[in-house]
Amino acid sequence: MNLPGTGIIKGMVETARNFVGSYHDPERLTTIEYPEERLTQPENARSFPMLIFDDDPVKGLRCVACKICEKECPPQCIYIVQDRDERGKPRKFPRIFDLDISVCMSCQICVEVCPFDSIKMNTEFELSTDDRFGRLLLHRDDLAKSNEYYHQIHATEAAEVDARLADEKAKAEAKAKPAAAKPASPVPTAAKAAAPAQPAAPVKSPAADKPAAKPASPAEPAAA
Amino acid sequence: MHTGFLLLALLTLASAGAAMCLRNLVHCALCVAISFVSLAALFLTLDAEFVGFAQILVYVGAVAILIVIAILLTRDISGHGQSLVFKPWTLGVGVGALVAGSLVSAVTSSAFTHRELPPAPAATVRQLGESLMTTYVVPLEIIGLLLTAALLGAVLLARRENEGGGRS
Amino acid sequence: MSTALDQLFVNLKHWVVSRFPADWQLPVGMLISAGAIIVVFASLFAITVLAERKGLGRIQNRPGPNRVGPFGLLQPLADFLKMLTKENIIPQAADGLIYFLAPTLVILPTLLSFSVLPMGRNMTAVDVDAGLLFFFAVGASVELAVFMAGWASRNKFALLGAMRAIAQMICYELPLILSTVAVVMVAGSLSLSGIVDHQAGYYGGWLARWHVFTPWGLAGFLLFMTAATAESNRAPFDLPEGESEIIAGHLIEYSGFKYALFFMGEYFGMMAVSGLGITLFLGGWRPPFAGLEWVPTYLWFFGKLGVCIAVFIWVRGTLPRLRADQLMNFAWKFMLPLTLINLLGAAAWHYTADWSFLGATPARWLLGATLLGAPYLALSRRLFGGHGIGPRTYRFAT
Repeated sequence: MNLPGTGIIKGMVETARNFVGSYHDPERLTTIEYPEERLTQPENARSFPMLIFDDDPVKGLRCVACKICEKECPPQCIYIVQDRDERGKPRKFPRIFDLDISVCMSCQICVEVCPFDSIKMNTEFELSTDDRFGRLLLHRDDLAKSNEYYHQIHATEAAEVDARLADEKAKAEAKAKPAAAKPASPVPTAAKAAAPAQPAAPVKSPAADKPAAKPASPAEPAAA
Repeated sequence: MHTGFLLLALLTLASAGAAMCLRNLVHCALCVAISFVSLAALFLTLDAEFVGFAQILVYVGAVAILIVIAILLTRDISGHGQSLVFKPWTLGVGVGALVAGSLVSAVTSSAFTHRELPPAPAATVRQLGESLMTTYVVPLEIIGLLLTAALLGAVLLARRENEGGGRS
Repeated sequence: MSTALDQLFVNLKHWVVSRFPADWQLPVGMLISAGAIIVVFASLFAITVLAERKGLGRIQNRPGPNRVGPFGLLQPLADFLKMLTKENIIPQAADGLIYFLAPTLVILPTLLSFSVLPMGRNMTAVDVDAGLLFFFAVGASVELAVFMAGWASRNKFALLGAMRAIAQMICYELPLILSTVAVVMVAGSLSLSGIVDHQAGYYGGWLARWHVFTPWGLAGFLLFMTAATAESNRAPFDLPEGESEIIAGHLIEYSGFKYALFFMGEYFGMMAVSGLGITLFLGGWRPPFAGLEWVPTYLWFFGKLGVCIAVFIWVRGTLPRLRADQLMNFAWKFMLPLTLINLLGAAAWHYTADWSFLGATPARWLLGATLLGAPYLALSRRLFGGHGIGPRTYRFAT
């Protein structure tokens, strides 16, 4: 028979067990005491974008100021000015690359559209500041992060990207060797050519004898 | 003691007056509560502990709340209500003066005020209870019966008619 | 020696008062008592808030506040500073004077009600003849203060919360008072020190003659504490302040120190009503077993108070909030009849006191248990019968 009121007593016993248990059994405490303890972030964690450089923080930037990310960014938080040399000729380098992380919504679209694997998501989250306009508007040099750092935070993804880039580089070199006379076709054109039908790619560039070379790039020009 | 009485009497009268004159009904109700409290304090100055506490318990704790709830449930509480001052005010004042005058004359003309009273014995709660339960037990029971009847009547009124003994 | 320690504070007060000229002695004595009450209960409030936060945390397998000072012990200080330095917001449409008065009126009656509680031998600030009545009389004005807060805020949630609070307080005041009537009946006194004196002595030479050690006293104590929980708006009866539906009810527009006053009033109310429960049922400042009289009496009182508060916190950590209709049904269909029957139980215990045959005490207990247990079962079956308890079925979700 279920005596009325026993439910309350059962509940009280349960909470008492929690109370006592939390003192002698630290396993029960689920709280991570944040500044001292930290959860290891999952590999797919992301906060805001960053720019990858290879060797030198300025010269080694992979970004070529193509402005695809600027155009694709839904909240329009990226501002890019292309660099120009003394004669006013555009260089493939961003003179200004600003990213307002108070506007950014971490959607990762910029990462998906970047054809050069230049912009990637950072995982740093301790960004709070008392200076809304100064410290929340990140400039090129704040955004520049080394490839090693990228490997640290997103190991698998970075390895994939590196393999792909090495692949592309090898392909470009292979293409440049037999057709040394004419300048190497830029990557986007090759990609565009690969976009409609991949088996058709060798027709246009006979040197590229590895059809399944570009796993990611077909989608990118289409998106652009 | 005398100044205390004067202050409390003034407070009672002032809050009662305010309860009649203020425009906002809730303010009036709160002023009524103040006059209840100061009346209770008057009882306390007369060493009538039980009556004083009962006054607060019943009037502040129940009657004032009842008034307030009645106002909230029946009236617009936006606070722009009309003043409660009765329009042909001479009539109201006349009736009030008549009642007050007859009361005052009754008190002053009674033999009670012309007699030198012995200092009243401090009535303990025990004595009060005993006399309520012995000498005045019939009136007490009648009042209890009356209140029960009123309660039942209220329940009957509040009950919706089409509800046939279901959950109320 | 033990009496000296027991009467330490009483003698201290007498000594201080005797330094003053005769005319001043009464007001000075009153001031000392009032100051002592405020200081003691304000610090108890700080400790309670910390204990509540830590205890609730532990009940939920969290560490609770542990940042300010060692083990978070300075948390009340931090809370206090935060409350003091917060902006004091008065809504534009608010009724200024009433809005201002309400927090004061919440805290005043509870502080007043401490004055009649006997906190130790000879340690009652004001020993009035009708102390119990005084306690309930001042407690009744809290309802008006809550209404003032809710109405003056000019906020629909505040008004809703105030209406809920008033309805709840009125409903639970009845069982609260009726459960104390049994004590008054048996003790034959409305004076709280008289009631404590009635609980002097020991059953069988060892167990104190507290009212809680009788069938009616046990039932009365449980009913009293349940009604007291509802009266002080604490979980599981905290629906006037339900965060999820009416966002703290009448407290919604209050900030800073005024909010702190409400908060304090609520805790003071809890302590006052626990103190009354201790006085009425747990023997006041008397020790539970013979041979423990050497412990100072105020330690017994405050120790019992601590236990009561711990139970309040424990209950809060365990039970979910009631729905409004459950609250009303519980008050009118369960608590009220039971308290009335408890009067009968108290009378039965009182009039069987001269039974002296063998096994009289178990027989009296059996009588009391049947008198109270049978209605308990019947009423709870009626209250929950058929519906309410059982596996929940959903109409639309699977």
